[in-house]
Amino acid sequence: MRRFADLAVKLGTSTKTNDKLEALEDYFTDAEDADKVWVIALFSGRRPKRTVNTTLLWEWCRELTGLPSWLFEESYHTVGDLAETIALLLKAGHAEAGHAEAGHAPKTEERGWPGGEGRGRPGGGLDSGETLAYYLERLAALGKETEEGKKAFVQQCWASMDSDERFVFNKFITGGWRIGISQQTVVNALARATGVESSVIAHRISGDWDPATTPYEALLSGEGGGSELSRPYPFYLAYALEEELSALGEPAAWQAEWKWDGIRGQLIHRGDALFVWSRGEELITEKFPEYQGFKERLPVGTVLDGEIIGLGPAVAGGRGAGSGTAEAGRALPFTVLPFAALQTRIGRKNVTKKYLSEVPVGFIAYDLLEYGGEDWRGRPLLERRAQLEAVVAAVGHPLLQLSPVIPIDSWEALAAARGGARDHGSEGIMLKRKDSIYQVGRKRGDWWKWKIDPLVIDAVLVYAQKGHGRRSNLYTDYTFSVRSGDQLVTFAKAYSGLTDKELAEVDAFVKKNSLEKFGPVRTVKPELVFEIAFEGIAASSRHKSGVALRFPRINRWRRDKTPADIDTLDALKKMLELYGK
Amino acid sequence: MPLIEFTDKGLYCPRGQFYIDPWRPVDKAVITHAHSDHVRAGNGSYLCHRLTVPLLGLRLGPAVAGSAVAAGGAGSASGGLYQGVEWGEAVYLNGVRVSLHPAGHVIGSSQVRVEYQGEVWVVSGDYKTENDGISGAFEPLRCNVFITESTFGLPIYHWEPQPVLFNSMQGWVADNRARDKTSVLIAYSLGKAQRVLLGLEPTGVEVYVHGAIWNVHQTLVAAGVALPPVQRVLPDMPKEWFRGKAVIAPPSAEDSPWMRRFPAYAVGICSGWMQVRGNVRRRNADAGFAMSDHADWKGLLSAIEATGAEKVFVTHGFQAALSRYLNEKGIEAAEVRTEYGEDEEGDEPAEATEAEATARAGATTDETEGGTEDAGDA
Repeated sequence: MRRFADLAVKLGTSTKTNDKLEALEDYFTDAEDADKVWVIALFSGRRPKRTVNTTLLWEWCRELTGLPSWLFEESYHTVGDLAETIALLLKAGHAEAGHAEAGHAPKTEERGWPGGEGRGRPGGGLDSGETLAYYLERLAALGKETEEGKKAFVQQCWASMDSDERFVFNKFITGGWRIGISQQTVVNALARATGVESSVIAHRISGDWDPATTPYEALLSGEGGGSELSRPYPFYLAYALEEELSALGEPAAWQAEWKWDGIRGQLIHRGDALFVWSRGEELITEKFPEYQGFKERLPVGTVLDGEIIGLGPAVAGGRGAGSGTAEAGRALPFTVLPFAALQTRIGRKNVTKKYLSEVPVGFIAYDLLEYGGEDWRGRPLLERRAQLEAVVAAVGHPLLQLSPVIPIDSWEALAAARGGARDHGSEGIMLKRKDSIYQVGRKRGDWWKWKIDPLVIDAVLVYAQKGHGRRSNLYTDYTFSVRSGDQLVTFAKAYSGLTDKELAEVDAFVKKNSLEKFGPVRTVKPELVFEIAFEGIAASSRHKSGVALRFPRINRWRRDKTPADIDTLDALKKMLELYGK
Repeated sequence: MPLIEFTDKGLYCPRGQFYIDPWRPVDKAVITHAHSDHVRAGNGSYLCHRLTVPLLGLRLGPAVAGSAVAAGGAGSASGGLYQGVEWGEAVYLNGVRVSLHPAGHVIGSSQVRVEYQGEVWVVSGDYKTENDGISGAFEPLRCNVFITESTFGLPIYHWEPQPVLFNSMQGWVADNRARDKTSVLIAYSLGKAQRVLLGLEPTGVEVYVHGAIWNVHQTLVAAGVALPPVQRVLPDMPKEWFRGKAVIAPPSAEDSPWMRRFPAYAVGICSGWMQVRGNVRRRNADAGFAMSDHADWKGLLSAIEATGAEKVFVTHGFQAALSRYLNEKGIEAAEVRTEYGEDEEGDEPAEATEAEATARAGATTDETEGGTEDAGDA
């Protein structure tokens, strides 16, 4: 555990990718095998199931520190991370009520509880010398225990650990590692430590495997137990196009498709089962029961890459058709529903009949990764596409659609077509080289995404809240309003888009100009105007403004504008009418 | 009439007709310490600790002739009338007894004790309760009313004792040295920089400092403060020169072109904010040392308790949280808005660019010498 805490600290503070890579490589070279498997799992988003709820964690810490709950909350909002808040509060050892003054007495931070019940080593023989795997497996098994049992275990662990260990231990419980490690870094470190090629590693560690039962050797040799059938391929991701289209060369070498605003997914039919993976490598098969209907005619040993998205039938003169340009005017064989509709389904545990009929979810297929049980990723796009067309046609299901190809007569015509993207619910264009193979991860060169310009609106900052992670103790999370008569109506929250310098400036403004405090939120004098950009807009009964925005973020600070110049709610509603259906 | 009022110019004692750390120009200012958010230019006269006088000379310009004697009269355009006193020495201002006492924050930093007809108020200024070995040991003072800062007034702030911090800093420097890297330690030029210097002394590593720190250093040495020797970073020093050595620079130098003069280097930030991981990451530091010249949560509570005050006013920092906590503990407390920096580093004067820093350094070195001489005359 000590070893892992050191690794986490190193990864958390190191500023250079190479240092992180080295630290991970060292770890993968000489840590215990069982621990390595857990590290791969943790850093590739395979968080153990939560067995202790955070409210309890909070309570147990409060009990040890004797702090009032409002002060605990205040601390949490300043730190921005529950696991770290608890580690910091325990470090100071605030236990009062008759316990010895803990504060400045120990020379350095000693293991053992200052004044708490768990002073010294608890009877259970717990020692933070235990392996990482030990703690994670104990935590996983904790689900079956009583609240008292959980409490005893957690508090004993705390008592036997130093501050860094407590932090990572808490993090196991609360989840949400954000220490700047991409899956690619983990893959690269493993490749360096094992000598296996990184694209092979990426594939072997994807999919559904259980770190508790998968031996390190088996995982890396691709024999990771019964997960073989469902294992997805690593997604190939595109960078945003930054240069002129003409820099891509001849249009004839490229295939253009619409870029859809759904969830990137992989549909796998192997053995007798159909699996659905999200790009976040989450197995989400149960969320989309309508896909089971494809199984009958989708050949076994087929893997499709595509978009999970709400689909409706083609409507003459409707969203699929009515646009000015010739290309975009070509009617699509389907219509797509706004992302907001899909969102209402993703959150559900049980997909009821009502949702199935209101928001039917389809799959727009754009690539074929496996066919006849064979890996097709090394074949050129054109070949994959031809076979994909045949496969989709053979299934003949209204919810399995082929991603339409946009003919490229010239780059100019394509640019014009992009202008009409929003008319049929697309967020831009994908450009793929016709001879491109299907690569691993985000790569430049063969695939590009070319999104349409976002919608923008000027709004005033009205609420601010402190951020998390590297924005802790800074007011960086904002709520914005537009004008409606002489009222301000909030309509969006945005967390990104400003530089660190601008954030510091806004933070100082918030601290000087806050009007009221509601828990962690401060109301701010409406004075600062920002241009908010977003990708889409939909009607929403859950928001006061009546609209929900897709990907709102701060486009720029309008220092040249005053609150008198901001946009109105009517302007938003107009956008809703134009683009929200 | 309360002994001290909170006005839009600062803390004011109407009976004694003086301000404490005013943020707008006044005739008579009593100054807790020489950080720029506590001492501003344009006041008629400044009463402060003996060691703060030369620092005022450095920051505000040379003293007016006749300084260091308690004298009335208008100030001058540059500095002002600087009057230095020893800790514990009583000065009577319109019948109000004023004395300064160690606050342990930085060299010369003082709490201001104000007494009239048996009623005692104490203004803490900025303070820390741990004795850092150079700033004087914080002296708890009994009083009726205590006005305390609250920069780190949340229980998440808990400092390791200085020897432990020094230990990890020394380890970090040794590690960099072994890899032929320059250790750049970011520390506020008055206070933290001198502490870091002390911490580095046992390692025997050669220490270079930024011009802003050099100026403070020279000023303090001239005033008789014993500090380890340092060398100033000069424009014509070759890059290779700094390999394996240590450099102390103020926060404004971080991320500035000034840093380009060093070969492979690692940045370690010394600040209480480094207690929280997110801050280390935001600052893009290679290492963060949670070292502060302010009291941590326990320090604040123990200091407040030791005053025995029946009423506590809480200023700059987490004043809402600290005053609520005190009230719940049965100590009457209220928050007060001031214009002192909430940020531990917000009070660093602008030395943002290399050109500026060099220009300033050149100019202020001369002024410093003048200022020190003036003070010495008295």
